[in-house]
Amino acid sequence: MSGPITYPEALSRTVTVDRSRLVAYADASGDQNPIHQDEEFARSVGLDDVIAHGMWTMGAALDVVTAYVGGDPGRILSCATRFTGMVVVPEGATVEVQVEGAVKKSDEAAGTQTLEISATCGGEKVLGRCQAVVRA
Amino acid sequence: MPLNTDFAGREYPPAGPFPITRQEVVDFAGAIGSTVEAHRDPQAAQTLGYADVVAPPTFAVRLAQRCEAQLVQDPEAGIDFSRVVHGEEGFTHHRPIVAGDVLTGVLHVDRMREAGGHGMVSTRVELSDEGGRPVTTVNSTIVVRGEG
Repeated sequence: MSGPITYPEALSRTVTVDRSRLVAYADASGDQNPIHQDEEFARSVGLDDVIAHGMWTMGAALDVVTAYVGGDPGRILSCATRFTGMVVVPEGATVEVQVEGAVKKSDEAAGTQTLEISATCGGEKVLGRCQAVVRA
Repeated sequence: MPLNTDFAGREYPPAGPFPITRQEVVDFAGAIGSTVEAHRDPQAAQTLGYADVVAPPTFAVRLAQRCEAQLVQDPEAGIDFSRVVHGEEGFTHHRPIVAGDVLTGVLHVDRMREAGGHGMVSTRVELSDEGGRPVTTVNSTIVVRGEG
C-alpha cells in the first residue's frame, strides 16, 4: 500500500530576495535586527553589507519540503539547520538562493523520510546540515 | 562581559499568551516566498483538514524569540546582543500551528558555555496550546562572538 503522495520535482527551486523582502520578513518574524536592513549598521559590526536573516533562508529553503509533501505542513515532523554562511543583499539587487533537496533516508517502519536540503548563494553554501523529517 | 553560566538549567515562567492570527501566518509565508496554499488560503487548509491557515515549519521562531528575549535581554545573563550571531535552529512539531491557536512558551536554558573565546548559548522553548498540550519545541543556539 502506498503512503501519501510526494512531489520530488518540488525539491529544486530558486528563491529570490531583495531589501523589501527583508523588511517584510523583519515585520513578519519580529526580528528587527538592523544588520538585516541598514548597511551602515551592518558595516559598523564588521559585515560587508546587509545580510538576510538566517531564519529567512531556513524558511525559504524548507518551503520546498512542504511542497514535496503535497503542500500539507502537518507532514513536516521536524527540521533543523546550522547557519554556516551569509546571504548578502546589496541595495537595489535581487539575490538568488538555489535550493536543492534529496531524500537521504526512508524509515518504512516509522513511515518517515529524512530529507537533506542544500541552500547556496553565489556558489557558497549558506545552510549546513539542513534536514527535515517528514511523514512519508 | 563574560556569560553568566549560572543561568544554565534555568527555566522561565510561561511567556504569552500568543494568539495566532491568520494575517501573521499569511505575512510570514509571503515573506519567505512560500508557494504553499495551506499557509495562505483558508479553503486550501480546510481541504487538508485544518480549521484555518497552517503556519510554515519555521514560523514558531516568531514566538520563540519573544520567549528567548527573557534571557537575551537580561543584563545579569551577560549576553552582548551586538555580538550575537545565530548558530543553529531546530523545530520539532508535535502538531502544526494553525491560525486561531493561542500558545504559550516556556523558555529553558539548556547550555551556556565559553568555547574558543566565544560564548555558546543553547535554549529550548516549549510551545503549548491552551489545553497545555505540546505544539512545537524550538531549539536554538546563539554564538556571542568574542572580542578577540
